[in-house]
Amino acid sequence: MWFCTDLLSFGWLWGQSGAVLGSGFSCDGSIGKSLSRRIHFILLFSRQGKLRLQKWYTTLPDKEKKKIIREIVQIILSRNQKTSSFVDWKDLKLVYKRYASLYFCCAIEDQDNELLTLEVVHRYVELLDRYFGNVCELDIIFNFEKAYFILDEFIIGGEVQETSKRSAVKAIEDSDMLQETVEEYMNKPAF
Amino acid sequence: QDNIAVKANAVCKLTYLQMLGYDISWAAFNIIEVMSASKFTFKRIGYLAASQCFHEGTDVIMLTTNQIRKDLSSPNQYDTGVALTGLSCFVTPDLARDLANDIMTLMSHTKPYIRKKAVLIMYKVFLKYPESLRPAFPRLKEKLEDPDPGVQSAAVNVICELARRNPKNYLSLAPLFFKLMTSSTNNWVLIKIIKLFGALTPLEPRLGKKLIEPLTNLIHRFLISLSSGMPNHSASIQLCVQKLRILIEDSDQNLKYLGLLAMSKILKTHPKSVQSHKDLILQCLDDKDESIRLRALDLLYGMVSKKNLMEIVKKLMIHVDKAEGTTYRDELLTKIIDICSQSNYQYITNFEWYISILVELTRLEGTRHGHLIAAQMLDVAIRVKAIRKFAVSQMAMLLDNAHLIASNTQRNGICEVLYAAAWICGEFSEHLEEANQTLEAMLRPKVTTLPGHIQAVYVQNMVKLYASILQQKEQSGEKEAAQEITQLMIERLPQFVQSADLEVQERASCILQLIKYIQKLQIKEVPVAEEVIALFAGELNPVAPKAQKKVPVPEGLDLDAWINEPPSDSESEDEKPKTIFHDEEQRHSRHRQPEIDEEELARRREARKQEQANNPFYIKSSPSPQKRYQDTPGVEHIPVVQIDLSVPLKVPGMPMSDQYVKLEEERRHKQKLEKDKKKKKQKKEKRGKHHRHNSLHTESEEDIAPAHHVDIITEEMPENALPSDEDDKDPNDPYKALDIDLDKPLADSEKLPVQRHRNVETLKSPDSEAPLVEKKSKKPKKKEKKHKEKERDKGKKKEKEKKVIEEEEEKKVILQDLHYVRNCCYGPYLLLCSSVTYDIQGNLQNDSQVTVSVIFENKSTSFLKSMELNVLDSLNTKMLRPEGSSVHDGIPVPFQLPPGISNEAQFVFTLQSIVMAQKLKGTLSFIVKNDEGSTHEKLDFKLHFSCASYLITTPCYSDAFAKLLESGDLHMSSIKVDGISISFQHLLAKICFHHHFSVVERVDSCASMYSRSIQGHHVCLLVKKGENSVSIDGKCNDSTLLSNLLDEMKETLSKC
Repeated sequence: MWFCTDLLSFGWLWGQSGAVLGSGFSCDGSIGKSLSRRIHFILLFSRQGKLRLQKWYTTLPDKEKKKIIREIVQIILSRNQKTSSFVDWKDLKLVYKRYASLYFCCAIEDQDNELLTLEVVHRYVELLDRYFGNVCELDIIFNFEKAYFILDEFIIGGEVQETSKRSAVKAIEDSDMLQETVEEYMNKPAF
Repeated sequence: QDNIAVKANAVCKLTYLQMLGYDISWAAFNIIEVMSASKFTFKRIGYLAASQCFHEGTDVIMLTTNQIRKDLSSPNQYDTGVALTGLSCFVTPDLARDLANDIMTLMSHTKPYIRKKAVLIMYKVFLKYPESLRPAFPRLKEKLEDPDPGVQSAAVNVICELARRNPKNYLSLAPLFFKLMTSSTNNWVLIKIIKLFGALTPLEPRLGKKLIEPLTNLIHRFLISLSSGMPNHSASIQLCVQKLRILIEDSDQNLKYLGLLAMSKILKTHPKSVQSHKDLILQCLDDKDESIRLRALDLLYGMVSKKNLMEIVKKLMIHVDKAEGTTYRDELLTKIIDICSQSNYQYITNFEWYISILVELTRLEGTRHGHLIAAQMLDVAIRVKAIRKFAVSQMAMLLDNAHLIASNTQRNGICEVLYAAAWICGEFSEHLEEANQTLEAMLRPKVTTLPGHIQAVYVQNMVKLYASILQQKEQSGEKEAAQEITQLMIERLPQFVQSADLEVQERASCILQLIKYIQKLQIKEVPVAEEVIALFAGELNPVAPKAQKKVPVPEGLDLDAWINEPPSDSESEDEKPKTIFHDEEQRHSRHRQPEIDEEELARRREARKQEQANNPFYIKSSPSPQKRYQDTPGVEHIPVVQIDLSVPLKVPGMPMSDQYVKLEEERRHKQKLEKDKKKKKQKKEKRGKHHRHNSLHTESEEDIAPAHHVDIITEEMPENALPSDEDDKDPNDPYKALDIDLDKPLADSEKLPVQRHRNVETLKSPDSEAPLVEKKSKKPKKKEKKHKEKERDKGKKKEKEKKVIEEEEEKKVILQDLHYVRNCCYGPYLLLCSSVTYDIQGNLQNDSQVTVSVIFENKSTSFLKSMELNVLDSLNTKMLRPEGSSVHDGIPVPFQLPPGISNEAQFVFTLQSIVMAQKLKGTLSFIVKNDEGSTHEKLDFKLHFSCASYLITTPCYSDAFAKLLESGDLHMSSIKVDGISISFQHLLAKICFHHHFSVVERVDSCASMYSRSIQGHHVCLLVKKGENSVSIDGKCNDSTLLSNLLDEMKETLSKC
């Protein structure tokens, strides 16, 4: 169930291509500030095909969405582990990555950069990990609204807005604080 | 459900259900309630739910406008943040318009957290409401130099995104970005900037040179992501390609994919350097990952040349045979066709080879692309004259073996090719050697299992075949045989007459009768072949899709003028069809019965020929000699008769394309030899056919003379075509709206609309209404107080707005777009205080429509629903109602109004003349629902369509303005208003705002102004200010419109 307990699971990408890519893309949060362009939607689903989170940056009717989700989940689940993380789908490209039992999938435009999108996905996982502490699928099921808040803090309207892990998590924690105090205040009379 | 906490929890759960795929749109209103909760905890959940399930079609979204505005201006940065985040998901054009100004203000918020979000949201707003781009752009530019790196990168993001679509408008930012690029240490920003430069360099070549130096420093690191932004630097390109090769050879699938992708980007600019890696790419075709294979295919598309086309296609064919998944195989098939047909068959040197490839492709099982193959067959056969004979023989074979293709209904994708085959055989039946056999093949009973449209083509082309056979037989005097073939037709055609498909049935029965008639004639021993063949006389000429556009309209020809005056009603009815008939005669003649005697036909044909000779638009059927296709050099090689019966599973009689490859090689070899020969014996000229090629082509070794020289483009263009090639942009491109010149100073009309729905005009002061309320209403005093307070608030707002106006004037920015007129609500129903304001705007797309946006505000404490707006139409102005409803029906307002909420609805009016102002009476009926129950109420109002509301603010440049005045076909009129005390600037602002004008030029106390009506009248004004008076001289196409406009202006001005 655990996923992303070690960053090395992602390190293969940089490790193997290090000669070409150089050190420019280090995963240090303070360096990365602005990443990819438009993402159309993000889906999280389990290996059994159960949807865990969906976020759309384009507006579509519900029926259409459902159809798309079904289609995409099927496409990605049927792919071999060893194949690349990119699939052409209609006029979009799907970039996905599997962390433990959970698939993270982004749909991007044709001209967008796949590598950056992978990085976005990974950064999101890092954020979740940092917020929940050793995040697992159950965290996302039980605190799905938190997962959404984190995503909103990270990506806005399909654009990455905050790449610093520290400040993104801080923003969430700050607003949680706000929530907590309000909740305490709310709950007091009840007890 | 009073407890908001319970509600919020429920909404939260609903959100989860929504994710699982359940429809929760019914809860939209509850979501809004939770959104407007004051506690952040709930607000957050509300916005989350909204962002998940709202979309542009959600009608309640309009209700959120004020809530969002409130949250945006909240002192708590997280409130603002959550509102911005939510907004990014469900922003609609209306929301964008209403909130653009607020978001723009947030762009200079003190907290970077908000600034960053606001900047990113702006991009969304631009997309939905392009008008906001220009006013917001200066501030966006400012943000590029924001102290906070997050904000900075957000701004870079947005500008890059904008520039990617329309780079030329952003060239002026290049120096700024250059500075950023050299100074920034942030890799992600760098990537963005370099991508931006990639878009800019094609427009400004000097930039490329400047970029080389810093780029080469970075190139190693950015290799993959940057290959799109590469400058033209051949050494670095070489380096890249080398590196990419390493990537592609890598075992890691992701790297392989990216390598191929980058390669394809380089290919666009430097095809040569990539072509050397062909082996590698072909190897990738064998990869087990489909994505990689597809990328490799993309690459192949760009790599083909005349030399290697055959080889590549041959390899692809092998893959087609091997491929297992149908999708991949279909992809291969389309790629093969794409590769071959790209840029007008540029790379095809031997069309026989291509036809045989197409025929081979028909053997594919279960492909969806039968129609594609069919289209290619038709295209090639029609456009390449030299190939027709060969194509016909191939098609005849296909028809013969139709049972193989059509045997399985599941493969019906491929049976589309029969459509092409039948047509080609019919149309070019003169090339057919064994027409009898083909005809019989087409008459087989099995044919009736084919889809209807194919059968229809079969039937039609059978007759063509029949006609040519008949002619053949008659010429050789075999009357018996001719009658036999007629008999065969009569025997077999009934099977089509019984078809369930209408088209087939109709054609078949028509033709059956025709043939029966022919049979009668034949029995009388009358020669009929000539007449029958005349049915299909005339040749089909290929015409380029743009041909018509390229023909210049000759002088003196008015295409809009009537050719014949439209017949008046009194004329006899049968006149009209006759004229139409005459025009289309030739087209119809093909389907016509042979009863028309030959003389008549011949006479008409003669007449048409003459007509054509005089008609500049008609493409002459004899192309100029140098454009003609060359004769086939390799006719003797065509192995038409080489029937390879021994190969099982293959359609017998089909020549394998491989043979062509060999042949082609031979041919090239021969050519080369001859070239060499020619070099040796230069005196010897033009002996064989091949020499003709050589004389036509340059001597370079690279160049391979094609078997058929095809100059399709010039051939298919009319002779006097214009060379200009304007590629029209897709008008539906959403980004086109953002193609705005940002360097121009802000025009008056482009100021963002500041929220000001109320009381812009002081027609009636609110005070005069307040007593009315007191008089008529029997509400408790408390409410009145409240109401008064509201009014006072409004007064304050008015003051504020005035201030805004003054400020704007200082910036020479004048509001015009919104022209809100306070409507007087009178009658006994004022206690509801349902305030209605409206605004009339011309419809740019339609010259006889205006859109009236009405804002309804519910000031009462009751719930208003079932609102219906009805207007008493006048002769000139009519409300556009849905089809089928009578003029007395009202139009329902598409929303309900809870207390204290305002919303906007739009109504379209059509009008004929716009030169006069109009007043329309109307009623608004609605149901008031409160605790006591519900009552039906009415509210009368008057809609005032002033002439100014038909004007559309149109910027005009002074030179164009001068030309307009010079043209002299404008009527003139003038007015003078005394007692004006306000400043000239203020005055101009007033005219611009109320009357939709724009200032063209201003010198001291004199200004010229311009506007245009929706029906295209130009209105020019010259405004002069004296001591205490203002004189306005106007010029306009229409004198009535002008005088009305000036009267209106007088009224406005006399108030100040």
